[in-house]
Amino acid sequence: MLSVKGLKANVGDKEILRGLDLEVAPGEVHAIMGPNGSGKSTFAHVLSGREGYEVTAGSAMLDGTDLFELDPEERARLGLFLAFQYPVELPGVNNMYFLKAALNAIRKSRGEDEFDAVSFMRLMKEKLKVLHLDDSLLKRPVNFGFSGGEKKRNEIFQMAMLEPKLAILDETDSGLDIDALRIVADGVNALRSPERSMIVVTHYQRLLDYIEPDYVHVLAKGQIIRSGGKELALELEEKGYGWIVDGEAA
Amino acid sequence: MSAIPAEAITAESKADTVGQYDDLVNAGYEHGFVTEIESDTLPPGLDEGVVRAISARKGEPEWMTEWRLAAYRKWLEMPTPTWAAVHYPPIDYQAISYFSAPKKKEGPKSLDEVDPILLETYQKLGIPIEEQKALAGIAVDAVFDSVSVATTFREKLHEAGVIFCSISEAVQDYPELVQKYLGTVVPPTDNFYTGLNSAVFTDGTFVYVPKNTRCPMELSTYFRINTPNTGQFERTLIVADEGSYVSYLEGCTAPQRDENQLHAAVVELIALDDAEIKYSTVQNWYPGDENGKGGIYNFVTKRGDCRGHRSKISWTQVETGSAITWKYPSCILRGDDSVGEFYSVAVTKGRQQADTGTKMIHLGKNTSSTIVSKGISAQHGQQAYRGLVRIAARAEGARNHTQCDSLLIGDKSSAHTFPYIEVKNSSAKMEHEATTSKISDDQLFYCRARGLSEEDAVSMIVNGFCKEVFNELPMEFAVEAQKLLSISLEGAVG
Repeated sequence: MLSVKGLKANVGDKEILRGLDLEVAPGEVHAIMGPNGSGKSTFAHVLSGREGYEVTAGSAMLDGTDLFELDPEERARLGLFLAFQYPVELPGVNNMYFLKAALNAIRKSRGEDEFDAVSFMRLMKEKLKVLHLDDSLLKRPVNFGFSGGEKKRNEIFQMAMLEPKLAILDETDSGLDIDALRIVADGVNALRSPERSMIVVTHYQRLLDYIEPDYVHVLAKGQIIRSGGKELALELEEKGYGWIVDGEAA
Repeated sequence: MSAIPAEAITAESKADTVGQYDDLVNAGYEHGFVTEIESDTLPPGLDEGVVRAISARKGEPEWMTEWRLAAYRKWLEMPTPTWAAVHYPPIDYQAISYFSAPKKKEGPKSLDEVDPILLETYQKLGIPIEEQKALAGIAVDAVFDSVSVATTFREKLHEAGVIFCSISEAVQDYPELVQKYLGTVVPPTDNFYTGLNSAVFTDGTFVYVPKNTRCPMELSTYFRINTPNTGQFERTLIVADEGSYVSYLEGCTAPQRDENQLHAAVVELIALDDAEIKYSTVQNWYPGDENGKGGIYNFVTKRGDCRGHRSKISWTQVETGSAITWKYPSCILRGDDSVGEFYSVAVTKGRQQADTGTKMIHLGKNTSSTIVSKGISAQHGQQAYRGLVRIAARAEGARNHTQCDSLLIGDKSSAHTFPYIEVKNSSAKMEHEATTSKISDDQLFYCRARGLSEEDAVSMIVNGFCKEVFNELPMEFAVEAQKLLSISLEGAVG
């Protein structure tokens, strides 16, 4: 599925990622944890193709395709999905209309038929049911005037609709109260499947109480310095990041 | 016939010269158009003789001729307006030909001869092939569908008692209505261009909706009969009698072939007691090449008079074309409880310039007005919103809400806002909101991360920005306007 090797990336003159390796197989859920400034969000952005980052070394292959050769929209069409830490507001752009345009752009690129209004509505209803969401967000402009929780739910709903191969959730838990967190996590769990991989980027362990990862990685100073099972997250919760980060640095 | 003698062009404005011009103009018919263009077009230049010749050519009654001449004489004394934030070389008004009989215009003979870029745009807009021909100026066969459409259309209106015809026909057939209303909203002396228009207007539209009548369909220039080419000095007069309603659509989303650079139209709307007029425009004239060469100058005066109590006039415009747009559709809220609205989307890109906005003149009690203006500038586009809200001393309880938003694309475009507010009655309630924003990199990335191309993303964000205005357009028009906006902004990013 995803194979990242020796990835180095800069923001301006500053090197943020310093040789990152990660292998994700189909169906796996990987958590990437780490202290602030460790490069978690940079990693998510570099994979999805945001401007402002310069990849200086290494590679990232999704099912054998070099992601760094592609524009952000081409990566999305290939099956990469980024759930944003701060979903962006699009005033006046209807949420359903946006989703339909996105879904059809993806389908078109794959040589599939575009959805008409009826089949799109049918799919939407089906997905709403799976995620236990109502349709109140759909008639509003994309993220415009949404609460923090609504924005994150909307991200998960988009993910359900676009059915990516690989979803990256960038600090999806930030700014959520426990109820909203549960709704979002339930949504993510409902979308787990043997074909779909996920990378959950988070600062806190609490999200992992609800989304159980197969692997946990600790990112510090631009490298993955420790990997383990879900019990690693618990250990981090108990001891903090200091013992690993300092230990490695010494 | 041969070239026109020079002395004819500068002839004195004496009655006996009229005949001379008539000969010149009509000559083409007699001689079977051996030299089509020359013989059917007045020589360039403007004097009283030309004004008389235009009037005579159209067989107008004496009062109309005199009206034109009075306008012409006033025009001579008027200065060209220079206050707008637009720049262009001085126009030589003696270099323009003020009359050209429409039928004989030399156009392309088939679609093969039409500019392929134009055709591409038609295809993107999904315009049927026969209509493409009409728009491109190709003579269309009599079998063309719209003939029958036009006939049914006319019958239906006739049943309702609605008059919808060219202004030339109206001068002949309904002189009392034309005399009563023409120039009462926009007097010939209003400004330089209205003076010019009043003197030399060639054609346009006349609409009269009788008392307590709801016009059974949207009236559109598209289906207007007997006026294939209204030319550069168009004149429109719409009168809604007591308790009536009419919705009028002007223009077309397709870029129209047009060789006239200067367009100075006048539109007058009159709404009597309890009447409502909704006037929607989509303007997509040639904006010129990337250096701004050859585009249309659109200097138009549009004004509505809410003459009656509880009357309402609503302007909605989508302006994407023309090199220069100078346009302020306005409302005079004369009747008590009357309502004025102005919804506008204006796009400037390349070297386009637009100075546009509205005037809301509150005279009656409890009058209210709404202004929603959305300006989009890309590349080197320049744009100014210029709006006046005036509350007269006697306009007790007047209200205005103004919202003007500018969206900039790229770092070479500009937007300016010039709101003028004059309040002479302390009971007035005024609200003014203005924003300027750019399409953010965050917004673009968000859309692209969902699989949308950059162009689709821009178009979607811009359409979202304009939504409040598009909502005011009749359904079909709104869909076309959205498409048009997307096409206009293609390649405008980056």
